[in-house]
Amino acid sequence: MRRFSLTSLLKEAASGHQGWKRQWRAPEPKKEYDVVIVGGGGHGLATAYYLATVHGVTKVAVLEKGWIGGGNTGRNTTIVRSNYLFDESAALYEHAMKLWEGLSQELNYNVMFSQRGVLMLVHNHHDVISFKRHVYANRLNGIDNEWLTPEECKEFCPPLSISPDLRYPVLGGALQRRGGTARHDAVAWGYARGADARGVDIIQNCEVLGLRRTSDGAVAGVETSRGFIGAKRVGVVAAGHTGVVMSRFGLKMPVESVPLQALVSEPVKPVFPCVVMSNAVHAYISQSDKGELVIGAGTDQYVSYSQQGGIQIVSHTLDAICELFPQFTRMRMLRSWGGIVDVTPDRSPILGKTPIPGLFVNCGWGTGGFKATPGSGHVFAHTLATGEPHPINAPFSLDRFRTGRLIDEAAAAAVAH
Amino acid sequence: MLLIRCPYCGERPETEFHCGGEAHIARPDTPADISDADWGSFLYTRTNPKGLHAERWLHAHGCGRWFNALRDTVSDAFVTTYEMGTPRPDPISETAKA
Ligand SMILES: Cc1cc2nc3c(=O)[nH]c(=O)nc-3n(C[C@H](O)[C@H](O)[C@H](O)COP(=O)(O)OP(=O)(O)OC[C@H]3O[C@@H](n4cnc5c(N)ncnc54)[C@H](O)[C@@H]3O)c2cc1C
Ligand SMILES: [Zn+2]
Repeated sequence: MRRFSLTSLLKEAASGHQGWKRQWRAPEPKKEYDVVIVGGGGHGLATAYYLATVHGVTKVAVLEKGWIGGGNTGRNTTIVRSNYLFDESAALYEHAMKLWEGLSQELNYNVMFSQRGVLMLVHNHHDVISFKRHVYANRLNGIDNEWLTPEECKEFCPPLSISPDLRYPVLGGALQRRGGTARHDAVAWGYARGADARGVDIIQNCEVLGLRRTSDGAVAGVETSRGFIGAKRVGVVAAGHTGVVMSRFGLKMPVESVPLQALVSEPVKPVFPCVVMSNAVHAYISQSDKGELVIGAGTDQYVSYSQQGGIQIVSHTLDAICELFPQFTRMRMLRSWGGIVDVTPDRSPILGKTPIPGLFVNCGWGTGGFKATPGSGHVFAHTLATGEPHPINAPFSLDRFRTGRLIDEAAAAAVAH
Repeated sequence: MLLIRCPYCGERPETEFHCGGEAHIARPDTPADISDADWGSFLYTRTNPKGLHAERWLHAHGCGRWFNALRDTVSDAFVTTYEMGTPRPDPISETAKA
């Protein structure tokens, strides 16, 4: 792997930037690997990277049916935070946050992680109580989160309207200063480059169609659009298509897939200093370094794989944005799109074993898994390498839907992204 | 936004409706007698198909009645609607009838 540095940049500049090589190979699939990962999103690629770097497992293939990062990784609004309520979630998302903080250096790839602060607004009395509870719970877990008055919210985010005349006036907010955004594509590409350099085969345009098992039921490998590929351990990290992949493997999952939408405006000069989220009126907004406002909308109410979503969902979000930030009422929107997210009943992910020996799953991140990418890959690599969950992902078992030990972030009024 | 045909009122915009999730999931008669695994899958496991999906819909801002529908989850097109309590129709024979 050629390291990026000021010297390499200057050297290439001298030759008109014609000398840069491809960042990862396009290998033909081998007959057999130690581990096969299904799904080349951020989570799958991070898993492969940590398998190679932390566990020395390098006979690994990442099989991606389209192109890497073309799923939700490349479609999300990139909000990163770790202020989740329950101890289990706090440990998982904070593990990711710590990795984010050193990720560009670790990967020698600029993921543009920007800790500009994530401010979560509150518009009713119930949410005031619940968000203060979040703040205190987070502090007990050593995670920064602070309560701001409406005036303090305005000071932190000047475009915000705190007028008492709003339909849902701002009653305060919870601010995680270490939260922020990162460049989604760069996360996929940085992990892909790092994994490839250590011998991982990243195989695109390779759809996994089925599972082959030995006579005693264990995993023998996967059937793909490019033929059979052997592996004793398989990790499914297919986000919105996890249910589809698992049903091809003969397993039904506690997940449902729904479209989630986002949109961006025309690019403008820097006007928006942080990330603002409001669960109650359903609006999420930040400004990218290119200058576009990046706005997150909601999910549709029904199962769908259409990657579209209803127009009423987007316009509802824009209503809320215009109410909270009156200066944006005349902004033009450039693009909107949808991604298919896999939602679990308790809105927490599933990371661990399945009833099939050798088959592991990492899914259910729903509307908010981008922020967890490094942590998820790190603990899932441990699970695939050792066959047992890491203490951080042990509570996120598939089995919790039998035992009833749910991690109910949905009921904890946590915000989606 | 979808245009949904309520079997009682005709075509109405989606915002008048509430989707009640997968249809034909029967609550076990004697929950105490079944295994934790079966109870867990009754509560949480869903078919989540890429293709035809049988689901319950409520015409909340209309006649207020529930009905079942078969919808294609790739195109979002409604293939047919049918009364609650009746079995899932076979879409092939529906087409044959038409
Ligand atoms: C509009 C939108 C906004 C979001 N905003 C945020 C946010 O602000 N913050 C946040 O934390 N999260 C957010 N999320 C959620 C986040 O994007 C996801 O949780 C996360 O990207 C999931 O990562 P992944 O790597 O598992 O998924 P993906 O990137 O979707 O990767 C899964 C891959 O599996 C591949 N695949 C599927 N089936 C097969 C098969 N049979 N064979 C081979 N490959 C297959 C797919 O092609 C895909 O590339 C958002 C999501 C959306 C859609
Ligand atoms: Zn009706």
